[in-house]
Amino acid sequence: MNTVSCSALSKTFHQGEEEITGLDDVSLEVEAGDFVCLSGPSGSGKTTLLNAIGGLDTPDSGEITVGGQRVDQLSRGELADLRLHKIGFVFQAYNLIPVLSARENVELVMQVQGVPVQERRQRSSRVLEEVGLTGMEGRRPGELSGGQQQRVAVARAIVSKPTLVLADEPTANLDSHSAAQLMNLFMELNTQRGITFVIATHDTRVMAYARRLISMRDGRIVSDVQQQPHAMAV
Amino acid sequence: MGLPWGSVATLAWRNLWRNRRRTVIMLLAIAVGVWAMVFMASLMRGMTDQMVRNGLQSLPGEVQIHHPDYRADPSVVNSMAPPAPALRAALEAAPVAAWSGRVRVPAVIASERDSRGVTLLGVDPLAEQAIGALPGELVAGRFLESADDRGLVIGAKLASRLETGLGKRVVIMSQDPNNDVADRGARVVGIYRARLQGNEDRFVYGGRTALQDMLGIEEMISEIAVTANDYRHVDQWYPQLAVAAGTELETLPWTELDGFLGTMLAVQDGLSLIIMVVIFIALSFGLVNTLVMAVFERVREIGLMQALGMRPGLIVLQIMLESLYLLCLGLLLGNLLAVATIKPLESGVDISSVASAMEMMGMGTVLYPVLASFDMLMSTAVVVILGLLASIAPAWRASRLDPVKALNKH
Repeated sequence: MNTVSCSALSKTFHQGEEEITGLDDVSLEVEAGDFVCLSGPSGSGKTTLLNAIGGLDTPDSGEITVGGQRVDQLSRGELADLRLHKIGFVFQAYNLIPVLSARENVELVMQVQGVPVQERRQRSSRVLEEVGLTGMEGRRPGELSGGQQQRVAVARAIVSKPTLVLADEPTANLDSHSAAQLMNLFMELNTQRGITFVIATHDTRVMAYARRLISMRDGRIVSDVQQQPHAMAV
Repeated sequence: MGLPWGSVATLAWRNLWRNRRRTVIMLLAIAVGVWAMVFMASLMRGMTDQMVRNGLQSLPGEVQIHHPDYRADPSVVNSMAPPAPALRAALEAAPVAAWSGRVRVPAVIASERDSRGVTLLGVDPLAEQAIGALPGELVAGRFLESADDRGLVIGAKLASRLETGLGKRVVIMSQDPNNDVADRGARVVGIYRARLQGNEDRFVYGGRTALQDMLGIEEMISEIAVTANDYRHVDQWYPQLAVAAGTELETLPWTELDGFLGTMLAVQDGLSLIIMVVIFIALSFGLVNTLVMAVFERVREIGLMQALGMRPGLIVLQIMLESLYLLCLGLLLGNLLAVATIKPLESGVDISSVASAMEMMGMGTVLYPVLASFDMLMSTAVVVILGLLASIAPAWRASRLDPVKALNKH
């Protein structure tokens, strides 16, 4: 069964008088449990495609279905609900809320979901342990390293038990060691929990983890290949 | 799914203190604004109270009972008999504190130099004292000793206009029930100075029985003035007097007897509200600016919350809560400041330097600010309601941010 299905997506941006093609007739199917990397240079349309799948951006034309739900036809509120319950996001710039501790950042999504406090506490402890942040639950983002912050962001993305995690350049601000730790964590979550990953990156080390590597250029998919993933040494 | 109040409230509270200096400045501005609202209202309430009290002193009483035609034609023809037993019983019972039957007719007073139109009051000095209607200050001679006193007490201003003085004889003229002239000579036994200058050349006091004799009306009187020392709640207690007086007589509260005074009281709350709203509108610019800045600084975070699945309504709620915290803290500080500064002034503020202007408005030389819980509640309502209204625009703007643009904002 497909988790993500995109059909003939197009999107253009206007920068002054210039028209920039974000997506140009992109069609894509991502199966449940897949581990996909979108690669390509800056401006190739990776982030635009990721944002469209996550309902953060609306394509000019085409259809997107996530978990059987037509994303391009949902209202703002319905899109918010879809992201809340089915999609986890990991961004390049960690994007944690600075006034909340690591645990509070992780619990925020569950609070919005209405998860009872006891369960919230258990799940956040478990997931923070999973990402290797036991003992750092009370620290605020400013007190954590870049790698630790990104792991909090991953914990936040997976704690709500999403079926799909969309990650945009998740290793861009990390050193090799932290990047390898993060990608190994992604692999683990993918294989053990069956979470589907779609990762936009131009980092070749990250691409090596993918079972499916999609290359983009000028808003188009130029290649789509299955490959044997191999992890980096931490 | 219920609202995640806990997380939204925590976020709002912590965000409030991210820019501590800005929050403290805004808090102080709100607190000073609230203080100004309550302080202004307490001064206005004090002024109004005093104006009403002074007005009631010359009315006098909080309730008056007349012949139904007396107010349209206040002549001796429209006099009434002394109170019947039922009315007398009501006048002697609580909540009535005192009452006075009075003769009150238009008259002319003449000295050997001049004559003036006046209102002649035939009073029983003891009853008059009980309802607090004696003239403000006696500057020469004495007040009437009894209802039989045949002397007259006139105002200092009138004495000056008539070029008369203490011990001099004057003539008073009015109409008797047959429309014939009723007059008699009398000696000026006292000269008074009134709290309100206008009353000084208007009211001439004489003994009630002496004037009844002169007018030939036996025991008839023009009015019964009643006080319960509770002018604010007169509507609650005067109807029982009206019932006891019967339909043959007209029983009216002070709010209807003196439209200006009645309106004063009604206008005071409205005026306080207007002043509070004006003060808050000035404040609201600062509040909106604070919230707009707070939203502007957190565009990325708001984009992130949208990406994480926070509905637009929750983002509005968070910004509004932030505003509510700020408003509530400002209210607390402002009200505490108001209590601390107004309470010590309740014993009176000397305003004698501007007394002449104040006297024209029916006030004395000492102002007594009144700290009323109603004013504090009204300022709280104004601040919370208008503050939240002013916060809607920045909150709404935050909720409508494009998440992609917001997340990419540096």
